[in-house]
Amino acid sequence: MKAIVDIYLKQGVLDPQGKAVHHALHSLGFNEVTDVRVGKQIVLQLDESDEEKATQRVKEMCETLLANTVIEDYKIEIVK
Amino acid sequence: MNVAIIRFPGTNCEFDTDYAFNLLGCKNSIVWHKKVSLPKNTDLVVIPGGFSYGDYLRSGAIARFSPIMQAVKEFAAKGGYVLGICNGFQILLESHLLPGAMKRNENLHFISKYQHLKVINCNNRFLSKLKKGDILNIPIAHAEGNYYIDDDGLKSLYDNEQVLLQYCDKDGNYENPNGSVNAIAGICNREKNVFGLMPHPERACEKILGSEDGIKMIEGFVN
Repeated sequence: MKAIVDIYLKQGVLDPQGKAVHHALHSLGFNEVTDVRVGKQIVLQLDESDEEKATQRVKEMCETLLANTVIEDYKIEIVK
Repeated sequence: MNVAIIRFPGTNCEFDTDYAFNLLGCKNSIVWHKKVSLPKNTDLVVIPGGFSYGDYLRSGAIARFSPIMQAVKEFAAKGGYVLGICNGFQILLESHLLPGAMKRNENLHFISKYQHLKVINCNNRFLSKLKKGDILNIPIAHAEGNYYIDDDGLKSLYDNEQVLLQYCDKDGNYENPNGSVNAIAGICNREKNVFGLMPHPERACEKILGSEDGIKMIEGFVN
């Protein structure tokens, strides 16, 4: 089983990378872009067949290490 | 005075820190992060600057789980004094020994330069040798020094005199090199025994280095 974790800065927390990319896109003429958020994706291979258990474990991993919940939100997707 | 300087894989300011505290007559020991206890009679723990674990994932995120950090947490909980400089500050934030979090500098650059700082509160041992409003000139060198805390957290920092240092220009006017909330450069915990700051006082401890302001700051911790 595979878990895909997406981590982004929380809405309302200024994202310096997103802002820089947004600015660069505008400079290149992509003016329809109204906002950019840059995050990271962590892909975990898990030795676990129970989807619910896997989700719970990955949630623990996010809360403990993978995300800093003071400034970041995370989203877990389980792929079989 | 016995100072324990913690070294993680990637720490690179342990010898500068050792040198600076030596100037003040301290007995220092450099402690490998795999140790589970601090040296006996430790009066002060310093987590120096560098790039613990290569700053992978987030600065300080992995160092937080090194065995020695449990001992540091227990030491702090008993009122022991803990100082985190630069990466050390980031580790203290990730360890929840200090509130808030660090983001990448607003301009996304690694900033390395002398920077003026203003003393906002000196009602604590750390800055006891300084006066409120004093301006210091101390180097900064970081890519992730953009301190963030939410509005409630910020209010509580000010209410409890936990904001110790803000970036400023040479005349004390507002200047913000990295985008930190309220240009914050250093804070302490509510109990005032854990301090974290992005600037490097150990790099400003002799005239030949361009400033002695750092030693003035460190003196407060030693006495």
